Amino acid sequence: MMDLRPRSHPTYLAFLVHRISGLLLALFLPLHFWALGSALRGEEALEGFLRWTDQPLVKAAEFGLVVLLAAHLAGGLRVLALEFLGWRRRQKDLVALSAGLSLAVGLLFLLDVL
Amino acid sequence: MSAARGQVHLWIVQRVTAMLLAVAVTVHLVTILLAVRGGLSAAELLGRLQGNAAWLCFYAVFALAAGLHGAIGLRNIAGESLGWRGRGFDLAWLGIGLLTALFGIRAAWGLYAA
Repeated sequence: MMDLRPRSHPTYLAFLVHRISGLLLALFLPLHFWALGSALRGEEALEGFLRWTDQPLVKAAEFGLVVLLAAHLAGGLRVLALEFLGWRRRQKDLVALSAGLSLAVGLLFLLDVL
Repeated sequence: MSAARGQVHLWIVQRVTAMLLAVAVTVHLVTILLAVRGGLSAAELLGRLQGNAAWLCFYAVFALAAGLHGAIGLRNIAGESLGWRGRGFDLAWLGIGLLTALFGIRAAWGLYAA
């Protein structure tokens, strides 16, 4: 049987979350810019787009995007601290802190829009 | 330019953009959490961004960093998962990153000049 021990470590999970969130955010970026570009067609077009985003499904997707962005930010800060500051100790705590921060930002977003 | 030097340059761009994005994404998340309170409107958005050179500069740098960071991230994933490696692919990803950034700067300009 394949040894899964290293892959069950929290830092592997953090690597996966960072990679998947980065992939989804990179794919979302052109869509985001395209949507914001509606401002080029005037205030009315922008308002029309913003009212479209009031739909519950779009709000749910926005919540997901905010959590992905916060997770990628927190995970990225952990990687930068590891690479440039040499913070190699207490990696599990840093992973937990990153996860907690991401969820907190997501919950704040939900509290704001609900 | 040798392939190894190209790799080092891309690694540096990825880390420098990561540092810029650490600040920009934090500002972006705080702005989102404040802006969505009580709903988002075109008038409110344009009231903050229209004619404001400081926000235009911020979003232009943000879009450039995000476009490049996302494209280099996708390049790394494509290299590892699909075997898309080499100078041709690197130049293509760089082009995609700059094009995405231009698209974002165009949207920021739209909000500034609306």
